[in-house]
Parts: sequence; structure tokens; C-alpha cells
Amino acid sequence: MLTQTINEEKLLAEFEAKINAEIKIEPKDWMPDEYRKHLIRQMSQHAHSEVIGMQPEGNWITRAPSLRSKKILLAKIQDEGGHGLYLYSAAETLGVSRDQFIQWLHEGKAKYSSVFNYPTLNWADIGAIGWLVDGAAITNQVSLQRTSYGPYSRAMVRICKEESFHQRQGYEIMWRMMEGTVDQQKMAQDAIDRWWWPALMMFGPHDTDSPRTSLAMKWRIKRESNDQLREKFINKTISQAEIIGLKVPDPNLIRNEDGTFKHGDINWDEFWQVVGGNGPCNQQRLEHHFNVHKEGAWVRESAIAYNIKHTNNQ
Amino acid sequence: METRDNQGQLWEVFIQSKPGQAFKHAGSVHAYDKNMAIENARDTYTRRGEGTGLWLIPSSEIVAVTENEAEYFFEPADVKIYRHPTFYNVPEGVTNM
Ligand SMILES: [Fe+2]
Ligand SMILES: [Fe+2]
Repeated sequence: MLTQTINEEKLLAEFEAKINAEIKIEPKDWMPDEYRKHLIRQMSQHAHSEVIGMQPEGNWITRAPSLRSKKILLAKIQDEGGHGLYLYSAAETLGVSRDQFIQWLHEGKAKYSSVFNYPTLNWADIGAIGWLVDGAAITNQVSLQRTSYGPYSRAMVRICKEESFHQRQGYEIMWRMMEGTVDQQKMAQDAIDRWWWPALMMFGPHDTDSPRTSLAMKWRIKRESNDQLREKFINKTISQAEIIGLKVPDPNLIRNEDGTFKHGDINWDEFWQVVGGNGPCNQQRLEHHFNVHKEGAWVRESAIAYNIKHTNNQ
Repeated sequence: METRDNQGQLWEVFIQSKPGQAFKHAGSVHAYDKNMAIENARDTYTRRGEGTGLWLIPSSEIVAVTENEAEYFFEPADVKIYRHPTFYNVPEGVTNM
């Protein structure tokens, strides 16, 4: 018993020494239970977000205003499916099966980003999502490229390479609308009015209300805190809005002397309502995923049967 | 054989980025057989001309040495420093060697 404790202490010291030396932790390495649990929660939530996030955008594929925009939207959504797959694979290295991750999602034990529980009402929303929602996700993911867990870090590098087109295509939609008729300009402004705050909420609660942050920062799973990342995003996005004539819907926004910004109060009641399952589309998103998974079971069963038959005939 | 609904078994994906280059590990995919593994890897890992070649290997077939075992496993090579050119002296003025 005593030797076990001493052994654990030694392993923990070695683990932390590696983290401090910026050496990545790999799947077969010893790691504290808390580290593994945190990663399982964070990476599966990240994977589920990529996949569930396909729904609000998928809603507009058949109604894209041109062939060009339809091709772009299809490619973008296909990327998101790919991101989900990179992340599920990376998360599986922690010893949890893909089957289990999906089950936890369906049981409501695993979450996805609450921003995807808002509806996409018109084409301008596709612009706002690419620009703001992907923009916020990129800010977070660029930082996570330096996460201490090797498979997670490598998945982030791959994802970041693909993301920049996502944000640009969204911004281009907004820009074209702002160059268009008064009605189109109103649509674009209405979209940023509805998506701005949910995008800011994507970074999670303020650091003072985020109990798990300190451990995640200590073990370098996260490299920057929620508030730091949110500020980065705000500071780069506001000028992008101004250039095309859009206004950020924050009457209390303050421009600091050094050119950075201080945002007004975030409606955390709304945030917790949506996280708790009471957003406009929570039920729809989860039900859709559940039904498609269930209805597609015969495809997976046939693939197994085909493989067995094929292997036995060899 | 696969019995649970886990979207197939795990395969490791290796991509050759240009002809003549080594294949490099890119990640993994799930698939039920070889053909599906190749197609899934193409759709997941090479959507932007990342590769001229792909290798797919069932993860369970990989034999590996991990960092934990590295110290004693690679130790025999560490002491043979005469395998490196810097071990040897040459007279002043000798070049191109
Ligand atoms: Fe993504
Ligand atoms: Fe994206």
C-alpha cells in the first residue's frame, strides 16, 4: 500500500516534469485519473460539437442562393464531419470506445457547444455562423494546438489548417449582403444581433466561475483561460464588423485607449438555460442525431455481415 | 470479429505527401473492411490534395515500442558512439570527407 503511494507520487512528479518541459503526453504514458477524465470530457464535447454543428448549417444546403454558395457550404459541412472524426479518434486513445461516446451523448451525459441550440432562420445566419461561430472556435482551437495531450494537439493542428476557409466564407456572405440592398443589410445586421452573444458564450463562464480551469491550466490541457480567449476574439472581430458596416449589439461596449475592448455584461442566465437543455433547439438537435444513428444501424449491421462473409470466403 | 456497434474496427492512416517521400502517420479511421478503410481515409484525411499515396493498417496489427520501454530497448545503440562520424579524428587540411 505504502509502496503504491510512493510509486504514484513518483509517477505524478515525472508526469508534471514532462508537462513543464513541454513534452507531449502520449496515450500509453502514465497520467493522473483527473487528467484523463478532464480530457475525455473536453475532447468528446469538442467532437460532439463538430458533429451536431452540422445540423444548423445543413438546414440551408438545399436553399443556398447559388451553386457556388451551395458547393462551399457542402465542403464546409463535410469538413466539420471530418473534424468530428479526428476528435473521436483522438479521444478513443484515452480508452473509451466510439460507441460509448455516442451513447453518453444520447443519454445527455456528454454535452456539445450550446451555440448549436440556436436556429438558423435565414441565409444571413450561415454568414454569421461561419464568421462568428467558426471565428470563436478558431480562437479556441489555435490555442489548443499547444495542449499537452499529443493526439489532441495533432488533431487541432489539422483542424486549424482547415478552419480559416470556414471563417472567410462566412465573412464573405456578410460582406456581400452589406454591399446589397437595404433589406439585405438589415438581414445581415439582424444575424449579428442574434449570433454575437451566443458566440461570446462559446468561451464558457468567466474565469472566476469556472472551477475546472485551474487544473486544466496547470496540466496545460488549456493554455489560455476562457476570458483571455474571449477578449482575443472580441478584439479581432470588432474591426471586421466595422469594415463592412455592421454594428456589434453591445450598447455598453467600451473602447480602451490601447485599442482593445471591454464588453458589456453577458446574459449568463440565458447561457445556463441553454446548457441545461432549454435552448430553442436542444431537443431537436439531439433527437435528430439519435434518430439518424438508429435508422442507420442497418447499414452498420450489413457492413459487419459483408465483412464476415467476405473473410470466410477467402 | 466486431460484435458491438462501434462503427467498425480502428485503422491507422499513413499519407505520402509527394512521390518518393516516406509515408507519415496522419491519424485513424473506423471501417469494416479494407476498401471502406481506404475510402474513409481519403474522405477524412485528403480533402485538399494532402497525398499521393495512402497506407491503411488495422491498429491491432501494429507492433510498437513505447517511450516507457525506450530507455532499455534502445540502450545498446547509445554506447556505440563509434557509429557516428564525429567519433573520428582526421589530419588538418583534409576536406570533403
Ligand atoms: Fe470544425
Ligand atoms: Fe469550422
